[in-house]
Amino acid sequence: MRWIWIDKFVEFTPRTCATTVKNVSLAEEHLHDLYPDFPVVPHSLIVEGFAQTAGILVGEARNFAEKVILAKVARATFHRLVRPGDTIVFRAKVEQLSEQGASTSGTVTCGEELVAEIEMMFSHIDQNMAGLEFPEHNFVFTEQFTELLKGYRAGGVVRI
Amino acid sequence: MTRDEIYSKVQGVLVDALGVDEDEVTPEASLRQDLGAESIDFLDITFRLEKAFTTDPANKFTIPRGDLFPENMDNPDYIQNGKLTDAGLAEVRRRLPHANVSELENTRDAALIPDLFAVQDIVDYIERRMK
Repeated sequence: MRWIWIDKFVEFTPRTCATTVKNVSLAEEHLHDLYPDFPVVPHSLIVEGFAQTAGILVGEARNFAEKVILAKVARATFHRLVRPGDTIVFRAKVEQLSEQGASTSGTVTCGEELVAEIEMMFSHIDQNMAGLEFPEHNFVFTEQFTELLKGYRAGGVVRI
Repeated sequence: MTRDEIYSKVQGVLVDALGVDEDEVTPEASLRQDLGAESIDFLDITFRLEKAFTTDPANKFTIPRGDLFPENMDNPDYIQNGKLTDAGLAEVRRRLPHANVSELENTRDAALIPDLFAVQDIVDYIERRMK
């Protein structure tokens, strides 16, 4: 399984905001793990989808030079469940960005309905954990994440 | 802005950033030991203070890195091999005039610096900056 919880970008304004979409399919194994016979997307994975959206937004702001780590979920308020067949939209906004990290906020919606409101912080770990050793290469922004953004910038056109 | 107004805003920032109750945020409360702040919370508090004390979007209130929370004190004059020098200790006293630095004087352990930040140190800092 690939640890990616967004399907595509539909809006991306550098250093400002980004919107992504995820289509929830009954075929996804994890939906069946939380409650027997009642498949739902766990809230933690909704938070992860938002973190991937906001994290790519924060990483792109410094041209993916920083290792951007989710450091704090300041708030996550949920209003409804997400179930198979739903299409959810993550809208993330950069509140503040500095050398050390960023704060972000946003919503998750399904159609007209609010699913969640989330605020989270990201740390640029090389700036904040001086003295600790991390790999030289950027292990956060692997190809599967950067390809998502490339796909959006190519207008959704994928050449095969 | 009066000191009481500054205190009230700082209290609101700490309640939001640390998830504590308003009555826990006393002037003497240590951010780390009494209010449970972790390292990322110091950046969160900095961001929230910048937002709370910006009254004119064209002239944002900004807190330069290390100005409020000198946790890194990335200066070999201040810290060598994890230990505070005399100059470093003097700098801590200058920046945190309310702090009890007796343990720091004995151990010189730079890792203890974040324990010293109290609510009133933030209020002092904002008050200085507002003048």
